[in-house]
Amino acid sequence: MEVYLDNAATTKVDDKVVDSIKKVYLESYGNPSSIHKKGHDALKLIENSREELAKIINSEYHELVFTSCGSESNNLVLNQLSKGDHLITTIIEHPSIYNKAKALERQGVEITFLKSDKEGFINLEELESSIKKNTKLVSIIHSHNEVGTIQDLIKIGEICKKHKVLFHSDCVQSLKKTKIDVKDFNLDFASFSAHKIRGPKGVGALYVKKGLKLNPLIYGGGQENSMRSGTENVPGIVGFGSALRLSYDVKYVSELRDYMIFRLEEEIDKVKLNGSRKSRLCNNVNFSFKGIEGESILMSLDLEGIYVSTGSACSSRSLKASRVLLAMGLDHELAHGSIRFTLSPENTKEEIDYVVIKLKEIIKRLRGMSPLK
Amino acid sequence: MNYTEKVIERFRNPKFFGNLKDYNASAKVGNPVCGDVMEIMLDVKENVIKNISVKTFGCVAAISTSDIVCELALNKDIDSALKISKEDIVKQLGGLPSEKIHCSLLALDALKKAINEYKKK
Repeated sequence: MEVYLDNAATTKVDDKVVDSIKKVYLESYGNPSSIHKKGHDALKLIENSREELAKIINSEYHELVFTSCGSESNNLVLNQLSKGDHLITTIIEHPSIYNKAKALERQGVEITFLKSDKEGFINLEELESSIKKNTKLVSIIHSHNEVGTIQDLIKIGEICKKHKVLFHSDCVQSLKKTKIDVKDFNLDFASFSAHKIRGPKGVGALYVKKGLKLNPLIYGGGQENSMRSGTENVPGIVGFGSALRLSYDVKYVSELRDYMIFRLEEEIDKVKLNGSRKSRLCNNVNFSFKGIEGESILMSLDLEGIYVSTGSACSSRSLKASRVLLAMGLDHELAHGSIRFTLSPENTKEEIDYVVIKLKEIIKRLRGMSPLK
Repeated sequence: MNYTEKVIERFRNPKFFGNLKDYNASAKVGNPVCGDVMEIMLDVKENVIKNISVKTFGCVAAISTSDIVCELALNKDIDSALKISKEDIVKQLGGLPSEKIHCSLLALDALKKAINEYKKK
């Protein structure tokens, strides 16, 4: 049996999406900037995708810029800051925000990294008291990529509005899984990605509120309202649009998630669920297993055809334990022993049963080999 | 992670994991902060390592290298065992990803510390 439980990393592209992409390559291959029929057809197709995304996030279609990925969208927003500006973000951001913020810090941008509590929530009072005269932007992740905690963007948005600072959120993991409303959240910018929702890799989007303008990372022919030059990735953008039209049964995935959490807590001792129970992304299950290391668990699961990810140091290039889990107060042993399972509507209860059985054997074996009690 | 088949095979079927009933030296190295902890037990008779076991908290490479160290040290006199190098371990495993070489050093540390423990007696 093969069980893919790494849907926060990326997803399998849906057949309908592949078909729509293929059609663009073979038929609507024009350059959207060309003024003949082939160009116009391509332009129309990308505008359809834009409208599709606008509908889901409650924006106007012209408030969306297509990019090459979620990381580009995040970088594009943060790149507006310059020496002397103040940015408020969090210690638990995705690397495309966190590492960009660190780079900006070296260039003289002042950064406040908000702390996380044990469940992965920021403290709203800390946010409000961190806002200063030179605060230009607040950037806070919506649904957390590693632990699945969903921040309260309504309250965060109110604080930003009250103090008149721009508000950006990395909404890459949220799309189709939890409600995104750029108006309710008072967002000025929001980042998205196609490949997390069964679309193609290499396509992202950025919501830019009407009236705001960003200096581009890439200069050229002025595509995407002059905020992202370069010939549009028409097949990719069309694939993104098709992926947005696919159904996603949030209730079903949530139930599968809760079933998996219940069984793991019931049947394996010394485990810790990471992230929030009450405000949790529908497809995220993240556990630490005491006394064993994540890469060993991951590889053992891999040998059984089960694909997951880990916050363990040994699987990362840096050889450091997950910054996010440490920020949430886990000790090193637990941070090294974390495994993230991210589900999709295609997973079944039978698959979860298989994973639980295998995981029980693996944890027992590895704990027997460990010198830690 | 790009592990060789030998590393994976050793990870799946290690030969020296567990505790020795009779042992006269042991050592524990590493700490959970860096993500690896190894504990080696030795049964040394007339300066020859007659029996050896290990327990490891760590990644696939840490588990495989610590098991290989035991295999290389078994039935060796303690002075030859002290000469085992990280190259010997890596060779036995058909190679290790570069960022995992430190795991083999930790396994050697554990062995050396246990032998020195015995020597003190």
